Amino acid sequence: MSNTFEPKILGILCNWCSYTGADLAGTARLKYPPNVMSVRVMCSGRVDPGFVLDAFRHGADGVLVCGCHPGDCHYVEGNYKVMRRIPLTHRLLEGMGIDPKRLRLEWVSASEGVKFQQVITEFTEQIRALGPIQLKEVAFAPDEHGGNGHVTDKKLAGEEV
Amino acid sequence: MSQVTLIIDGKPITVEEGTYLYDAMRELGIEVPAPCRYPFLAPRPVCRLCVCEIYEGEGPSKIVTSCNYPVKNGMVVHTDSQIAKEARKTALINLIQRCAPNRTLAELSLDMDISHPEWGHEHCTCIFCKLCIRACDELVGAHALSFQKMGKDDTTPIKLDAEKCIMCGACAFVCPTEHIKMEDDCDRALSHRDLRLGPNAAITLSFRQAVPNVPRIHAEDCIHFAIGGCEVCSEVCPKECIHYDDQDKIEEFDVGAVIVASGFNDFDPSVMKQYGYGKLPNVVTALEFEKMNNAAGPTGGKIVMENGREPRSIAILHCVGSRDQNHHKYCSRVCCMYSLKFAHLVKEKTDAEVYQFYIDMRAAGKGYEEFYQRILDEGANIIRGKGAEIVGCSRDRCKEGNLLVRCEDTLIGKFREVPVDMVILSTALEARKDAKELAHTLNISTGADGWFIEAHPKLGPVSTTTDGIFLAGVCQGPKDIPDTVAQGGAAAAQAMKLMNSGEVLLDAAYAVIEDSLCSGCRICNGLCPYSAITYDENTKISHVNAAMCKACGTCVAACPSAAISARHFTDDQIYAQLEAILS
Repeated sequence: MSNTFEPKILGILCNWCSYTGADLAGTARLKYPPNVMSVRVMCSGRVDPGFVLDAFRHGADGVLVCGCHPGDCHYVEGNYKVMRRIPLTHRLLEGMGIDPKRLRLEWVSASEGVKFQQVITEFTEQIRALGPIQLKEVAFAPDEHGGNGHVTDKKLAGEEV
Repeated sequence: MSQVTLIIDGKPITVEEGTYLYDAMRELGIEVPAPCRYPFLAPRPVCRLCVCEIYEGEGPSKIVTSCNYPVKNGMVVHTDSQIAKEARKTALINLIQRCAPNRTLAELSLDMDISHPEWGHEHCTCIFCKLCIRACDELVGAHALSFQKMGKDDTTPIKLDAEKCIMCGACAFVCPTEHIKMEDDCDRALSHRDLRLGPNAAITLSFRQAVPNVPRIHAEDCIHFAIGGCEVCSEVCPKECIHYDDQDKIEEFDVGAVIVASGFNDFDPSVMKQYGYGKLPNVVTALEFEKMNNAAGPTGGKIVMENGREPRSIAILHCVGSRDQNHHKYCSRVCCMYSLKFAHLVKEKTDAEVYQFYIDMRAAGKGYEEFYQRILDEGANIIRGKGAEIVGCSRDRCKEGNLLVRCEDTLIGKFREVPVDMVILSTALEARKDAKELAHTLNISTGADGWFIEAHPKLGPVSTTTDGIFLAGVCQGPKDIPDTVAQGGAAAAQAMKLMNSGEVLLDAAYAVIEDSLCSGCRICNGLCPYSAITYDENTKISHVNAAMCKACGTCVAACPSAAISARHFTDDQIYAQLEAILS
């Protein structure tokens, strides 16, 4: 068991559907791999591509973004925004040499505890198969402009694609 | 309008000018026969049976037909004088001489001491009052009837244009001598209830305890909506409540809170072919049986089979559609108790044997287990095993019943067949078919079974994820009446709390724009689904209205200058979480 690769996966869940769905999976005592650790945002529309890049920079092997099903967004249309941002982020990742399969968008409603379990299990297996993320050590210039110190002013490069 | 005073049979009465004498007499309770009169048609004296003797001013008395004679001031009327009686008798003899025997005239002739009426026709009972033709023309507007020349052997002077007839039955309704009858192809008499259109078929009360308890016009059954005539109901309604041009309206209300109590649908057991619901006679759903038990219901509260006889034995099948892998996996929660109640009602009202087929007896609740024990003591047969199949059985095979319920009795481990006369299916509660649509409208969510999801099963059992929307009753999940009432009370209290406070508490989380960073690009303006962000033309930057902002953060993620931050979900907070999780 010790030599099995345990991926580190970041889950970004919307408060109303997916986080509640995850909660339901928990209260229903459904078992799923402990590899996904979740951050709650109010809406999947809050998901900034910067979060994804920062997660990979900090060594995440995969990022899972979950929101309400299209048409069911608590904020009317926030999930449509992330629906458009994720494909763009996929292209960005590809350009940086990170396998776009490491970022996944899923719709999980508040009643879909079982679906949450399935998505987590499946995605963990997928990332496990992809192996640990390979990031190149890139020297980057020190922060000259007093920025916030995140991906916007640091360099990130993978060598997978 | 001026008032007119007259004396009828020695009694003074004051009525409006223009009133017909007949109506004034009726106000005094004096009745004279008037078979050719129909209240919704202008009077045209044909039968002349309503004649009276009157004195107007000076001069001798006159004989007039009261139905179309307007009252005059100082008029003295005798309805029962010798002259009036004679005139009426003559009129009746005239009528008798032109038609065949009929009940109306026969009764009148008895009243007037005509011992041997000489009927003038063999077949035709028409008295030529023309009410039918006028009703068809003036009230209904179908113009389907007319007079025709009649030979000696003809049975009627009325000619029917079958193409124009709408089968409303108004002619038969107004006919004083039952000359016109409604019959079907097999010469069976039709009542107005049988007709699609008709004077009394189109307006009904939904049921006796309906709320609001007002009659409704069924447009598809109404003469008025079929061809634009009739309107008798609006003429008789003293309160002028009938408006034919009323339409379904969508009304909009400004409200402070919404309580969703949309209830459930009854499971349709016809999809479970093994129970033969809809095919076998006397297989009824619980709700149908409940209606039968209602004292105001179709059977007046009697438990009867389709043939009108009392059943000798009744089977009650639990869990029809509930706790079933093929239909609903959940327990509908109320069926065990109402099935036991049915057993009690059957025992109370009839001598029938009761068989309960159950999977598990779920009598959890205050006093419920005791009730179950009481039913056992009353002698109901409780069989542990789900009813597998219901078949009709021939009389020679089983004498005790017309239906055979098959099941496996899991307590004795044997297959059983129980002959019964009637089967009650305790059907599942299921989410309303339009629950998803309603959930979408209200921005709340439904679970896998279609029930609305509460904010939290323990901490927010009546609220939803949308502020100000509360749940009550079965729409949130199967529950019995006490639980429904409790939840309804809680929902009402929550709604009252919102409304009474007079102010709305805002969430501390909302978006804030840092003025110095905003470039005024206005990308965020169009993104906000609540129009909470406005652009200030003077300062050339955007502002967030904190009261309108719901803190979704869509604008925060989209701002190219990172000028917007979401309180409690700032970039720094989220990046810190990411770092902590992934380090």
